[in-house]
Amino acid sequence: MTSTTPERRPRVSWEGLRKAADTLTTPLLPDDYLTLLNPLWSSRELRGRVEKVIPETEDAATLVIRPGWGWHYEHRPGQYVGIGVQVGGKFQWRSYSVSSAPKRSGRTLAITVRAMPEGKLSEHLVKGLSPGTIVRLATPQGDFVLPDPPPARMLFLVGGSGITPVMSMLRTLDRRGTMGDIVLHYSSTTPERMIFRDEIADLHERHPGLIFHARHTDTDGIFELAASDAGLDAICPDWRERETWACGPGPMLDAAEAHWEEAGIADSLHLERFSLSLGSDGGEGGSLSFQNSGKNIDVDGATTVLEAGESAGVGMPYGCRMGICHTCTVTKISGTVRDLRNGAEFDQPNEQVQTCVTVPVGPCVLNI
Amino acid sequence: MAIADVKEYCHLTPEEVEQIGAELDAIRAEIEESRGDADAAYINRVITTQRWMAAAARIGMIVSSPMDKKVRGPVLAASTVSLGLAKILENMEIGHNVMHGQWDWMNDPEIHSSTWEWDTAQPAEQWKHSHNYIHHQFTNVLGYDNDIGYGVLRMAREQKWHPVNLGQPVYNALLATLFQWGVALHDLDIEAIRKLEKDPKEMRRQLKQIVKKGRNQILKDYVLYPALSGKQWKSTLKANATANLMRNVWSYLIIFCGHFPDGALHFTEDELEDETRAEWYLRQILGTANFEGSRLLHIMSGSLGYQIEHHLFPDLPSNRYPEIAVKVRALCDKYDIPYTSGPLHQQYGQVLRVIHKLSLPNTMTEDDKPPTGVDITVEHGRRKAEERQQRRLEIGGWSRSAS
Repeated sequence: MTSTTPERRPRVSWEGLRKAADTLTTPLLPDDYLTLLNPLWSSRELRGRVEKVIPETEDAATLVIRPGWGWHYEHRPGQYVGIGVQVGGKFQWRSYSVSSAPKRSGRTLAITVRAMPEGKLSEHLVKGLSPGTIVRLATPQGDFVLPDPPPARMLFLVGGSGITPVMSMLRTLDRRGTMGDIVLHYSSTTPERMIFRDEIADLHERHPGLIFHARHTDTDGIFELAASDAGLDAICPDWRERETWACGPGPMLDAAEAHWEEAGIADSLHLERFSLSLGSDGGEGGSLSFQNSGKNIDVDGATTVLEAGESAGVGMPYGCRMGICHTCTVTKISGTVRDLRNGAEFDQPNEQVQTCVTVPVGPCVLNI
Repeated sequence: MAIADVKEYCHLTPEEVEQIGAELDAIRAEIEESRGDADAAYINRVITTQRWMAAAARIGMIVSSPMDKKVRGPVLAASTVSLGLAKILENMEIGHNVMHGQWDWMNDPEIHSSTWEWDTAQPAEQWKHSHNYIHHQFTNVLGYDNDIGYGVLRMAREQKWHPVNLGQPVYNALLATLFQWGVALHDLDIEAIRKLEKDPKEMRRQLKQIVKKGRNQILKDYVLYPALSGKQWKSTLKANATANLMRNVWSYLIIFCGHFPDGALHFTEDELEDETRAEWYLRQILGTANFEGSRLLHIMSGSLGYQIEHHLFPDLPSNRYPEIAVKVRALCDKYDIPYTSGPLHQQYGQVLRVIHKLSLPNTMTEDDKPPTGVDITVEHGRRKAEERQQRRLEIGGWSRSAS
């Protein structure tokens, strides 16, 4: 970006140069040709190259990815990124928390993935991805983040692969030397499946302020927050005074939410539930009819068509859930929808709409 | 003469027609299920080849400009041909097919019908409306499909003759040379503008898009690249004009062979009435013509030598049309449905004959098409048909931008 301050002499920026070259490559972009030389030389869509696949446990691996042009390495510790991988010719998108600490001078980012029994893509990421593969990336998202400066006392409640965003936070605290009074309660089925267990033990060695409670649920059972002997009060008596971040399976988050609400301090609990926070104004909402599945639902102007369809029980296609990958595109037969990213309205019959970033404005009929 | 009812024309019972529809649906399902890595690799390979050809051509013209004439000549000639072929590939096998949504299944935001913009004067959005929707939905229905002569030529005996048609051989030559500009204006619906029926707001919106796109195309080919060639600007300008001409004439030729050979039939608007999906399939087969040739010829024609298969399954990947064609042909043999095909020169020969014959009134010439029944005459202009049929989804998506 060129600066507008008058003292500065105007200089030719790399971005500006590429923009000027647009006129030579129109209707394509210079990047479309530069990728012929190096697949990372494009900021048209964020791309990355898998540099390393580091096995963490038997079923989890850390992918070290070298992002291409346009990536700013400015994710906040705790945020997640969308990653699109071509499997069987088709890009499949999922979101994963960044486990590496943000570094402006960095050249790579790391995500840690656990292969899920039902998850075709996670299985592929952990076991089938070879270094050198080009993947698509989406900018970091999410408000499950560490404030700067961090609060003096923190509690992390973690279940399984929910450790990844927390790891990014811990690494950041470690790197900045701001590791304060922290309690980490981390549940995993077995010690072998506990991702980052050695690294956390090492952090604890170097920062005595970091208390680490490991729980192996196969032998110890599930952590009951309200249990009087081994519950939250036992492992962290001052939990009510701490800012808490919880990340893990849905039921665990539901239990935490209820527990904190009961204590009347829901504000101090931060939960990670993957969803896109969209800034722009929604429409006034409307009634959605899903023609082929015969379902109907009334939603407000903050509920995307995708979310509405899912809650109505329609098998909606979805991918990145942030308007990038087009997996969720469905034909709108009639009605108007608004794009939450820019407020654009689509009011023509039989238009294709990206359901993950649009909300209904009045009644709509969808072909699904 | 035109067909008012496909069932009747093919001597098929309603049950047989439904059976044909089901068999075609099964062919579609089989291809959809088997799309995979090899198909994705195919389109990526074509795109990579095309971009290297275009880049090499542009660089060749610039780099050779200070060289000795003996070297410059051959480099310039090779660059011109390379650029022309790259434009042909981009418009036909890549652009046209991507915009039909043939590659949308890959979920690749860079090879997607909603984001693709092609290297020709017409804005992609307008193409998707005039071609994907108007032409593919209303294929060969007189008065509804604007591709029957593109509002410039009289290509069906049912279209009313006018003395202006005497100039057809000339209009045809002009259309071939300036094809990209003809296509650019196609969605405007000149006929509607002439009759003052066009919404002025919509017209301004469309014109703005066309001017912006056309200006960028001209600036690139006729100002910037010549300027980069310094003293040799003239030869680069000529080379680019030649490449555009190559693309114009070739795409014109291929497209005309799709619906104007003798075997491709026309339909009256009665056919649209309560037309089932299976009948729509039949109309596509009867209204369309293939041509034969090598694999390379087919790729360079945007796979439109498989025009019948393309019209049946506009959104299936073009590299699969050869295998689909074997099945469609067998199906047509089984039910005794005409399947029009022939060598390219024969098909184009018939096109030329139609163009010349129809420049004269019907009474002075003989019809070469097989007799099909109803004799009607249609007025000029495209009838709005949006409410006549529910839009088919396989023809490709279309969304209208705000400005």
